[in-house]
Amino acid sequence: MKLLTHNMLTSTVKGVVNGFPLRIEVEKTLEKQVDFSADFLRNLFYKVDWKALVEAAQTMGYAELPEEAPDSTVLESEDFLKKFHYALLELHLEEGNLVCPETGRKFPVTKGIPNMLLHEDEV
Amino acid sequence: MKLKQLESLLGDLQQFTDPKVELEQYPTGPHIASRMLYTAENSFGDVSDKVVADFGCGCGTLATAAALLGAERVIGIDIDPQSLEIALLNAEELELDIDFVQCDVKMLGWRGRFIDTIVMNPPFGTRKKGADMDFLRLALKVASQAVYSLHKTSTRDHVKKAALRDFDASSAEVLCELRYDVPQLYKFHKKKEVDIAVDLWRFVPKSNQGQRS
Repeated sequence: MKLLTHNMLTSTVKGVVNGFPLRIEVEKTLEKQVDFSADFLRNLFYKVDWKALVEAAQTMGYAELPEEAPDSTVLESEDFLKKFHYALLELHLEEGNLVCPETGRKFPVTKGIPNMLLHEDEV
Repeated sequence: MKLKQLESLLGDLQQFTDPKVELEQYPTGPHIASRMLYTAENSFGDVSDKVVADFGCGCGTLATAAALLGAERVIGIDIDPQSLEIALLNAEELELDIDFVQCDVKMLGWRGRFIDTIVMNPPFGTRKKGADMDFLRLALKVASQAVYSLHKTSTRDHVKKAALRDFDASSAEVLCELRYDVPQLYKFHKKKEVDIAVDLWRFVPKSNQGQRS
């Protein structure tokens, strides 16, 4: 699972208000090379929840992103885009859990696929 | 990529080994899948350089087609772990980078407007009434640009009304009518193979009218 996917997913357990961001528990991470597209990254920059991305990347052992959401001038920096690209698209959670921030419910990630299925009594 | 080439690559994909009737798992044939994505790309520019999601992806035929046609990112969502495992193998076989999420599309928690285009072959709602409309409602909420979907031709008026009136689509257009071959997968199928008429739809979600990136 890429952190881009993590940035979209929310917990929908019954009673949850925001359910975002899901906390990450790491068992195994992977790096997968992804083609670099500056235009695509610039577009994503405005959609990403920065804090959620930075925290997720840190949990996965990558601390090169600025803590505070940078302003859009960084989009001209190739160095920044490369780090953003790596954190968002190349860093993978292969095994572990996503944890609902409100209920603590764990959603297992197996072979890189998060299992967001809920039990009947959670719907 | 040429249409013929796309169709032939999709024809080699592995399909359901043990289809589950309650989920209405029918493979999306290479003929239909290739035409669906080819139209989305060549007539509307909704695939290449976009973020495309396949709702109820099964073994990932539509997701694979989107990736082959140059989608920037592809995400496949399905409730069934066995199907996702096959979908993952299919993607690896073709060296495509597709992300999968196991989830009930109805219960999907999705933040932000990341997804440009949704392609889907939803359950027709024959076994579980309304399943097709659940998919469409969700897809129109999540997609920012377009939704491509297959629905039985016999439900055309209903689909149009629901999309425009209930799900807030700004347009709902049948692009073409196709024959969907349903092979004899399940015991209750009496005939060897039947083909049913299905419509290929293109919906545009209202809240994002005109917003093109």
